[in-house]
Amino acid sequence: MTEATAGMRGVPSQDEALRTGRGLELALLVFAILTVTAADAIVDLNTTNSVGADVVTYGAGFTLLWLAAHIVVRVLAPYADPLLLPSAALLNGLGLVLIRRLDVAVIERARQSGDPIPRGDASVQIVWTGLGLALFTATLLIVRNHKALARYAYTLAFAGLTFLALPALLPARYSEVNGAKIWIKLFGFTIQPGEFAKLALMVFFAAYLVAKRDVLSLASRSVLGIDLPRGRDLGPVIMAWALSLLVLVGESDLGTSLLFFGIFVAMLYIATERTSWVLIGVLLFAGGAFLAYHTIPHVRVRFDYWLDPFGHRANATQILQALFGLATGGVLGTGLGNGHPEMVPFAKTDFIFAAIGEELGMFGLVAVLLVYAIIVERGFRTSLQVRDAFGKLLAAGLAFSLAWQVFVVVGGVTKLVPLTGLTSPFLSYGGSSLVANFALVGLLLRISDGARRPAPPPAAPPPPLAEAVTEVVTQ
Amino acid sequence: MNAPVRRVAIAVMVLFGLLIANANYVQVINADALRNDPSNLRPLLSEYQRQRGEIVVDGRAIASSRATDDRLRYLRQYPGGPAYGTLTGFYSLIYGKSGLEQAEAPILSGEDPRLFTSRLTDLFTGRDPRGGSVVLTINAHAQQVAYQSMAGHRGAVVALDPSTGAILAMVSTPSYDPTVLSGHDPKKISAAYQKLITDPASPVLNRAVNQNYPPGSVFKVIVAAAALGTGSYHPETQIPAPDSLPLSTSTPATTTRSLHNFDGESCAGGGPDTLIHALTISCNTAFGQLANTLGEDAIRQQAEAFGLTGEASAVPLPVSASTIGEVPDEPALKLTGIGQMNVKMTPLQGAMIAAVVANRGTLAQPYLVSQVRAPDLTVVGGTTQGDERRVLSSDVADQLGTMMASVVQNGTGTLAQIPGYTVGGKTGTADNAPGKPPHAWFVGYAMQDSAPKVAVAVLIENGGVAGNETTGGRAAAPIARDVMKAVLGIQGGG
Repeated sequence: MTEATAGMRGVPSQDEALRTGRGLELALLVFAILTVTAADAIVDLNTTNSVGADVVTYGAGFTLLWLAAHIVVRVLAPYADPLLLPSAALLNGLGLVLIRRLDVAVIERARQSGDPIPRGDASVQIVWTGLGLALFTATLLIVRNHKALARYAYTLAFAGLTFLALPALLPARYSEVNGAKIWIKLFGFTIQPGEFAKLALMVFFAAYLVAKRDVLSLASRSVLGIDLPRGRDLGPVIMAWALSLLVLVGESDLGTSLLFFGIFVAMLYIATERTSWVLIGVLLFAGGAFLAYHTIPHVRVRFDYWLDPFGHRANATQILQALFGLATGGVLGTGLGNGHPEMVPFAKTDFIFAAIGEELGMFGLVAVLLVYAIIVERGFRTSLQVRDAFGKLLAAGLAFSLAWQVFVVVGGVTKLVPLTGLTSPFLSYGGSSLVANFALVGLLLRISDGARRPAPPPAAPPPPLAEAVTEVVTQ
Repeated sequence: MNAPVRRVAIAVMVLFGLLIANANYVQVINADALRNDPSNLRPLLSEYQRQRGEIVVDGRAIASSRATDDRLRYLRQYPGGPAYGTLTGFYSLIYGKSGLEQAEAPILSGEDPRLFTSRLTDLFTGRDPRGGSVVLTINAHAQQVAYQSMAGHRGAVVALDPSTGAILAMVSTPSYDPTVLSGHDPKKISAAYQKLITDPASPVLNRAVNQNYPPGSVFKVIVAAAALGTGSYHPETQIPAPDSLPLSTSTPATTTRSLHNFDGESCAGGGPDTLIHALTISCNTAFGQLANTLGEDAIRQQAEAFGLTGEASAVPLPVSASTIGEVPDEPALKLTGIGQMNVKMTPLQGAMIAAVVANRGTLAQPYLVSQVRAPDLTVVGGTTQGDERRVLSSDVADQLGTMMASVVQNGTGTLAQIPGYTVGGKTGTADNAPGKPPHAWFVGYAMQDSAPKVAVAVLIENGGVAGNETTGGRAAAPIARDVMKAVLGIQGGG
């Protein structure tokens, strides 16, 4: 973790191309593009028996955007992990395919019932993909060294909290969609500021926890073999907990609340290495959940539907339809375009995994989970590779946040945990989620680039050890 | 900080493992239960994506699927209309299936194992899979005549080929047109369904097979068969035929104090009567006494041999059980002898009784499907002969035939006569509910040069007049005659 250790990792320059991994990234990206285009063609074949022009336009748009992203990485983060970008591209592409496939169903239904034909969402999603890549480029361009971010920790914390609190403070007219006050609706645009707040707060958590880790690791006494922290050090975790509850009560957003608290506890644990924090976090969560269940009807309903959806047939339609879709898909799925994923409410956003499970089967669902697992695993690997504590904590936090969100979403759709109403990163329809996750991958790539970038070759060969002067290593 | 990162990474992989395990549970282990949940419309929708097979009568489809351009790609239509409504049943998006649509669902939807090779071919040739078709034994002309003759009545007609068991006509009235119920407009479907289901005339009920009625005097054929079967009786045997047969008042089940003949008539001046004459004029006291003399076991055995076993069957439409029911005491046995008390019979069973007599004692099990065809029209199933079972010795059958011919020649069933054919039959006027007119029955058959041609049963709910045996024959026998004439290819009814 010192400049000296870094300097000793001298890397031979003859196989630089191999070492940066950009060639591998391009190859995997081509694979992702081919997979996505093939999937798009299958949707058309199964719904209309022919391949339409949309496959070509979407395929070309998708290819151009991601090749541009690849070039951005080549220029701005040439040493970054080669698996992150293609994995994100594959997920984004599959999301586009599924959204277009659901567009087909929605348009078909409108045509039959004589309603006005709605505009497809896939074209909007591809525009958001473009905007996401713009923010991705901006992230890599502005954040040239991830360590610099730590300096803006408190600014970001303020921005994050403001973003988070804004929908709760705005009148419902400007902030409420489907019962959750988590939006900002302005000039015909709706954005979900929580998605951006998540990133800003993670940067803050990483900086804050690295600064305070020594204090927070202090133990006062041991109870039942577990070292408990001092009472006065409980402040930050209580704050995070209270904030989560506020989000829950003020914005009726179970998902974001759970997401934030989970991320904070995980980062606190990584920073302090103390299991007691996890325990305290779980206890606080249990207490909060108990309180919420008994005081917030919205939470109670979600929980009851989760426990016994068949006892609430008339109302628990979301989870029931999702389960029916998954079960009908079975092991291999109905095939893209052959199922009825449109029967699940919010199929394009919260329930996109139900569509995957129905049409691509359990194999498809597991495959998509594994693509997420690759991103998460590469994130943690980046955390292990990077040398500074802030980078480590931030990379691990970003990786964990992605995994945690996927767990809460997919667990909710498959009835492993109660439904919370979060989007699947990269897959779901929705601009804020997509754009924010592009920034997340940008940050991971930036940290990874920093971790894998070889140090400049030493100016002169090091003198023999005997002649060397004593070196003072500073952190 | 690397150790906790590694631990969190492992914990996260455990979470992914949980998700994958749960996906296995939902999509594989518990999948069947979820898939078949009544709230899951997906299997039904995917069924609508395939062209459902036809139901065919005399080379013409009475149910077929037409391609549409809406979400449910095929629309079910019933060119046969209400004459076939209770037979085909409906194929509804909301209320499921009934009738043959239900009974032959695996063939029509294409999921039957017999259509496996056809499905395989479709898979490789890339053609959309289709359902197989079902060809019925129904004679279209007889069916139309039966349906038209029953206009204005509640009841049923069944005609059989006595030698094969092929069902030639099966009508239940009032009927309905399944087309609206099988449409794609949920509002129209539920409105039509509510109207049908609340109609007191129960138009969706297939009375021919799914409703059983007291057979009344028709049951006397079975009692006569039991008597002849003992060997101690023949048609000319004298049996007691008092003007009034006392019934014990000790059991509350018996509401009638004594058994009389209709209109209080004598059968043979109060003295003994011959078996053949007692059947010809449908003498109640004689058969009540005869049943009592023969005993419950003999009657029950004979009834079960004819098919009144108390068990449901399928042709493949589900057929409700016909039974002689509980016979708790002697008065009950006397009432059972004239087809009252707890005896219940479907119109199909009525036709089977006549068919056994016509077919010289052998019952050919009734069946409705002559061919099952794959989409490419190759025949993959069906039958041309129902399973056979001996019910009566041929001698007993011939004696019964003589007696039943006498009913049509000289007795209560004269309206069923067809010139040039030997027609036998038995009328029935069955009390069912106090204060309501009795049901009118006629079961019979037509033979040409001792070859059985057709057996028929006609039931008209509340079609008789209380206390008058001839009324049953008067209402039901002409319909039976017209249907038989239609089967025989004789033009013009009367």
